[in-house]
Amino acid sequence: MAFHHRPDAPELPDFSMLKRLARDQLIYLLEQQHEVDKLYKVENKPVLSSSEQLCFLVRPRIKNMRYIANLVNADKLAGRTRKYKVIFSPQKFYACEMVLEEEGIYGDVSCDEWAFSLLPLDVDLLSMELPEFFRDYFLEGDQRWINTVAQALHLLSTLYGPFPNCYGIGRCAKMSHELWRNLEEEEDGETKGRKPEIGHIFLLDRDVDFVTALCSQVVYEGLVDDTFRIKCGSVDFGPEVTSSDRSLKVLLNADDKVFHEIRNEHFSNVFGFLSQKARNLQAQYDRRRGMDIKQMKNFVSQELKGLKQEHRLLSLHIGACESIMKKKTKQNFQELIKTEHALLEGFSIRDSTSYIEEHIDRQVSPIESLRLMCLLSITENGLIPKDYRSLKTQYLQSYGSEHLLTFSNLRRAGLLTEQAPGDTLTAVESKVSKLVTDKAAGKITDAFSSLAKRSNFRAISKKLNLIPRVDGEYDLKVPRDMAYVFSGAYVPLSCRVIEQVLERRSWQGLEEVLRLLNCSELAFTGGTKDDKAPSESLRLILVVFLGGCTFSEISALRFLGREKGFRFIFLTTAITNSARLMEAMSEVKA
Amino acid sequence: MNRTKVDEEEYWNSSKFKAFTFDDEDDELSQLKESKRAVNSLRDFVDDDDDDDLERVSWTGEPVGRRTRLGSFQSLSDALTDTPAKSYAPELGRPKGEFRDYSNDWSPSDTVRRLRKGKVCSLERFRSLQDKLLLLEEAVSMHDGNVITAVLIFLKRTLSKEVLFRELEVRQVALRHLIHFLKEIGDQKLLLDLFRFLDRTEELALSHYREHLSIQDPEKRKEFLKTCIGLPFSVEDAAHIQDHYTLLERQIIIEANDRHLESAGQTEIFRKHPRKASILNMPLVTTLFYSCFYHYTEPEGTFSSPVNLKKTFKIPDKQYVLTALAARAKLRAWHDVDALFTTKNWLGYTKKRAPIGFHRVVEILYKNNAPVQILQEYVNLVEDVDTKLNLATKFKCHDVVIDTCRDLKDRQQLLAYRSKVDKGSAEEEKIDAILSSTQIRWKN
Repeated sequence: MAFHHRPDAPELPDFSMLKRLARDQLIYLLEQQHEVDKLYKVENKPVLSSSEQLCFLVRPRIKNMRYIANLVNADKLAGRTRKYKVIFSPQKFYACEMVLEEEGIYGDVSCDEWAFSLLPLDVDLLSMELPEFFRDYFLEGDQRWINTVAQALHLLSTLYGPFPNCYGIGRCAKMSHELWRNLEEEEDGETKGRKPEIGHIFLLDRDVDFVTALCSQVVYEGLVDDTFRIKCGSVDFGPEVTSSDRSLKVLLNADDKVFHEIRNEHFSNVFGFLSQKARNLQAQYDRRRGMDIKQMKNFVSQELKGLKQEHRLLSLHIGACESIMKKKTKQNFQELIKTEHALLEGFSIRDSTSYIEEHIDRQVSPIESLRLMCLLSITENGLIPKDYRSLKTQYLQSYGSEHLLTFSNLRRAGLLTEQAPGDTLTAVESKVSKLVTDKAAGKITDAFSSLAKRSNFRAISKKLNLIPRVDGEYDLKVPRDMAYVFSGAYVPLSCRVIEQVLERRSWQGLEEVLRLLNCSELAFTGGTKDDKAPSESLRLILVVFLGGCTFSEISALRFLGREKGFRFIFLTTAITNSARLMEAMSEVKA
Repeated sequence: MNRTKVDEEEYWNSSKFKAFTFDDEDDELSQLKESKRAVNSLRDFVDDDDDDDLERVSWTGEPVGRRTRLGSFQSLSDALTDTPAKSYAPELGRPKGEFRDYSNDWSPSDTVRRLRKGKVCSLERFRSLQDKLLLLEEAVSMHDGNVITAVLIFLKRTLSKEVLFRELEVRQVALRHLIHFLKEIGDQKLLLDLFRFLDRTEELALSHYREHLSIQDPEKRKEFLKTCIGLPFSVEDAAHIQDHYTLLERQIIIEANDRHLESAGQTEIFRKHPRKASILNMPLVTTLFYSCFYHYTEPEGTFSSPVNLKKTFKIPDKQYVLTALAARAKLRAWHDVDALFTTKNWLGYTKKRAPIGFHRVVEILYKNNAPVQILQEYVNLVEDVDTKLNLATKFKCHDVVIDTCRDLKDRQQLLAYRSKVDKGSAEEEKIDAILSSTQIRWKN
């Protein structure tokens, strides 16, 4: 059950370098350059420090600027002079400077940048830790982070050599790719002559596949994320998990040997595995019974520490499992999953709709209800107007009228829509296009696309075989395909697309899929086409998720890699899940 | 720290730590000048009384891309401030790139590239509409949102809003950036003007409505919501807005009344179950729950009565029953629960009916710790036999399980259940009695 790679699988590049780099930069920046000796979290409250100088390390956001401005202006009013330094990470935005200027503190505050954008969360996972990317781009259409993505890719190619093969899908992917290429051209020479370490790079927009991100996760790591929220690679296990009166912050990565073995497993296997592990551990402890003094000395000095460590981890994960089980039983998880699978497969839509309705009526959870509605909408190409109206009304009654704003956001992002009456829009569109010039037509199509972009999930699912046909039980212990991450019911669309393209090394033959994904113009290939690329590098693939990726997708691709002898590396703007997506769209703070 | 003042100045302004900035070595100007330029690039140039010649924009108004064209003219601002040294420097003769860092005659694409690198770059020379739009298009074609916004900030300052709006209407990417920018900096007035211009009436209405979230005072919020009622929402949304207003209006009345009742200490329900929070700004369903909890028996005429809420907001039967059930069960008012599902037909016979299905009723009762006798009664009303059996097993309604097995003539299941009940209990006896009965023709 443990995570074994094929013997010919390539080695992962060393990301610890990035970690060291980030740490050293930060220490240098704060301690040596600005002599920061105390750190506080920037919150919307007054600073009580009596220090002569304040240094702010912030994301470039207007509200942070206003906070700083209030502080500086309050100091000024009190006749207090301090020095202020704002360090923007990963970069400064002009809008922020504008606010500093408007607030009259431009000269009082000096600005700096810390171009930190790649945080290695694990041996195969890099995060830009930009959860706001999703809302900024996919809701507001703001392209402020595209340069950050391009810079990050540029940094990766300077560190790990050029990428011989590049594939991408989605508007944001395409733009990031273009900007990245520009950067490389401008700074030509830096990567010249380097042997590529990573053979393929794949860029993918989150809106190519909303469905996967909206599903409940059932592999261990995803489930832990859904239940406890993994933040920056670590999780806070509360007293119900630690079975003590304290909470415990636990790092979750490949260094945790127990976690490493269960993270990608379907939850149903995890319990059995853990109890087996516990028995083995007990046996190892028991060995000490027949020992003489010398053996005992050896045991204590060499093995005991490891065993104790394992013991600690084991009891933590068993505690986490129990807590997950308790929560899931309470919320009737079984029925929820059944509804999700019905939605994915497209049967008993009526039953699912009334299930969602009841969820709302009982005020179960605003986020869950929203998620299910979105899942229904995307799998069904939008809700039929009657359902849309009645679900929306009930939602507003259950969770508050102000969610009108949330519905408007979801509609704009294409997550929750009302079915357009027939295909009239498309007809109008093509007629108009014939009448006007190409450029204007493009704009009109743009305007229409936000209204009439159909998700076509059913057709895509059929085309890509996302719902595996199963005779009898799907054996979750010995998964056959990536569908295991959703109990064998569904192969994640994003991962399937990646698999298909890697198999063909191009988009050829996937034209119909692209059309259905509304991405005919937005899929591309590129790369340096390096003939000297070492064959090992060609089995190393960097997947870039723009707008966030889920642990389920990571697990699915790890599985695919294991099957095919590849290794996948992930770069994401942030780790996401259904709740985070919904919260990003919600106008009302929970 | 006993640094001298000079040291400190240097400490803050020194540029030896270049590793963390995007600044390139080719910036020959001091940081100070960069900052000044930054100020200039954003400030209205009329107010610009900076005396640094290097920053002044001297050549303006020429079409971009034809920089070699002769006949560029001196700008008005230059004439006024009388800086002759700059007024006759011809573009043509200048070696390309040589003066780059000292003047602001970058082409749109150079300008945009510099902006992307985070460098300070004056935009003041882009004065004609054509130049401005070229600059904007260049920024859009480079895809960097930060740069697009920088150009938009400049355009917003130097173009009348009609012209700006008109030009952005056909430039969707830039338009989206402006809208987001206005939302972020909270320039609500301009945002609304923009939506009005674009004829995006729904967004206009929603944007106005959004403001209520920042109003804390309930009376003021109510008054604000009143102003939203006439806005051009879609038909359904208009109804929702009306409801929102009416609900808050009701809540204010109920809240004042109940707070008074509670503090007077004369009302039993408030004494037994003190309110945990105010009802203000709660959703409708929560309000209904509250009213079913504290005001269940009130006549329809009062604002706080559940029936009144149901009628005013056209709450569907299902929703009403669900909420009332939860509230009454929480109070363990089983009689009210019973009444909720009892209907009389025209002959006067009573019948039990639940619009939400009795399996749901059972679950809700169970969650509210209803005693087994009550649970049993409702489990028995579940129509589907399998569901009934499952629920009865789950909630330990032994009699229902045993009777159902008997009715199904399912000896095996009954035997299996026998092992689950306590040894020597009444249930075990009952099972044994049935199992030994000769009256039943078991199916297995």
